[in-house]
Amino acid sequence: MQRARYFAVLLICIGLLCACAKRVPQPRHQPNASAKTSNSITIKGSDTMVLLGQWWAENYQQAHPQLIVQVNGGGSGTGIAALLNGTTDITQSSRPLRDSERSEFRAKYNHELIELKVALDGLGIYVHESNPLNELTLAQVREIYAGRITDWQNVGGSPGKILLYSRENNSGTYEFFKEHVLEKEDFTPRTQTLSGNAAVINAVSQDISGIGYGGVAFAKGVKTLAIKRDSQSPAIPPLFEYVTSGAYPISRFLYWYLPNEPTGEVKKLVDWVLSQAGQNALKEIGFFPIGQTEHVATSN
Amino acid sequence: MWQQATNRRRKHVLEWLTEKVILVTALISILSILLIFYFVGRKAVPILTNEVIQQTANLAEFFRPNGTTPDGHTTFIWQPISERPKYSFIPLLLGTLKATIVAMLVSVPLALLAALYTTEYAPRQVREYIKPAIELLAGVPSVVLGFFALVVMATWLQKLFQFEMRLNAVVSGCALGLAIIPVVYTVAEDALSAVPRALREASFALGASRAQTLLRVILPAALPGIFAGIVLGFGRAVGETMIVVMASGNAAITSWNPADSIRTMSATVAAELAEVVYGSAHYHTLFAIGALLFIITFVINSIGDWVIGRLNTRLQGAKR
Repeated sequence: MQRARYFAVLLICIGLLCACAKRVPQPRHQPNASAKTSNSITIKGSDTMVLLGQWWAENYQQAHPQLIVQVNGGGSGTGIAALLNGTTDITQSSRPLRDSERSEFRAKYNHELIELKVALDGLGIYVHESNPLNELTLAQVREIYAGRITDWQNVGGSPGKILLYSRENNSGTYEFFKEHVLEKEDFTPRTQTLSGNAAVINAVSQDISGIGYGGVAFAKGVKTLAIKRDSQSPAIPPLFEYVTSGAYPISRFLYWYLPNEPTGEVKKLVDWVLSQAGQNALKEIGFFPIGQTEHVATSN
Repeated sequence: MWQQATNRRRKHVLEWLTEKVILVTALISILSILLIFYFVGRKAVPILTNEVIQQTANLAEFFRPNGTTPDGHTTFIWQPISERPKYSFIPLLLGTLKATIVAMLVSVPLALLAALYTTEYAPRQVREYIKPAIELLAGVPSVVLGFFALVVMATWLQKLFQFEMRLNAVVSGCALGLAIIPVVYTVAEDALSAVPRALREASFALGASRAQTLLRVILPAALPGIFAGIVLGFGRAVGETMIVVMASGNAAITSWNPADSIRTMSATVAAELAEVVYGSAHYHTLFAIGALLFIITFVINSIGDWVIGRLNTRLQGAKR
């Protein structure tokens, strides 16, 4: 009996599966973006930028206590999805939007979204504090993460296997690293993936043979290596002057995306973030200001 | 007379209503299972039907070697974000299997011995503390177990076994083991205490010692129930997510070495589904993994249920 009943449920499930095979699923969510009038602003997106967003929010709210600014993480991808669905006022992204994402937005709202470069981030290569190594070339980092160099002594360190830590493949940092350091090659399957910058730092800080990467802002308890663009060029540590001047080879812009031209409270916040005061706040938490010329027109 | 008749009718209606309400609540749970299966299936089906998606994600891609290791061997690779996305299920299946096997090796002996002790040896007062204590373990949220594994167990086990990778199949398997001990224990304990008293007494009357009775009479009689507990624990271990997300290292390595990091099917779905591009091959592949997980646990639970059914008939037979 028991068995017969189970088979019956199984058959129904299979039947349902067959039934749905014929349909072409085409669900589409409706845009529900509406002009926000209340005095709360939602910021969503990149995990790398959560700290940054919160820092800005706190500083800004001190001068504007009536305003509520909510900052959420989840990853650049989550933020961009929220932007498309109209559930956020500002999206933070640690990578520029893909063309496909831009055209999806255009198709939905019939206009372009607003892109602002709000900060500069140096991507640090972390190793354990006791690792004698001080510098790597970009090519060596690539070889390590592609799995062709597997021992520290092949890059001038003390003998021992290299253990690789990376981010989950939904992170903007992962994509940036893959594109600019790995030059679009695949990570070796032996790369362990962790779900946040803090997790990578934590793992590397506990692992003598570990290597990881992530925002310089987070590098506490680990050593960040100086990077050479190629074997002839000097080794550049990810310090303020080198990242802002562009001498440090692994740096990237951090972006804010807005669904519309900012108005009202959002505009005031954006203007403040791009102002001297907002940009100065960056230094205190390890990000880097961008030159005033880098902004888009809305900043004036 | 008339008053009595309406009373009876009212009673009758009330009874009818109660029965139907209970029926509906039962149907709701069945319906929700069917709906879950329908929607997961619907999202997975484009893998089989949509030609655009099949160019990158299809059954051959899932189960055949689809890439090379850095030193040039062909192998199975899960690398969905890539110039050429690689969607092999093999490293994920292998990872799930490795963690599950370790979990079974840890939990089954512990749970069975605990069950034997509580039913056969423990004095009543001790038993009344042990049972709820083990069942309390079932109430520990898996995120707490995962955190414990990540912070404490990983360090201990690395010191003990000199693991190269701190997070690996053994660490996540041990944590999973903790999660399924109560599952195995509860079912095994029920099975052991369901063994009729008459069997025990007959064995003693024939001069068997306590250990002989336990090994030759009680265990065989309870074996189907114990097996069902193991199977249920297996099903739970395969589907468990949070623990493996946190403590497995999440590297999709195709190897049998239990000291390597693993990436399980459930962890992959959990980590990647939130931000995958809607409607892409990757998106539907993740649902295919979900459907596969559903099928695996469904089959395993069916087997478990079937075995429990057998146990019941067998013990009823023994009563006569």
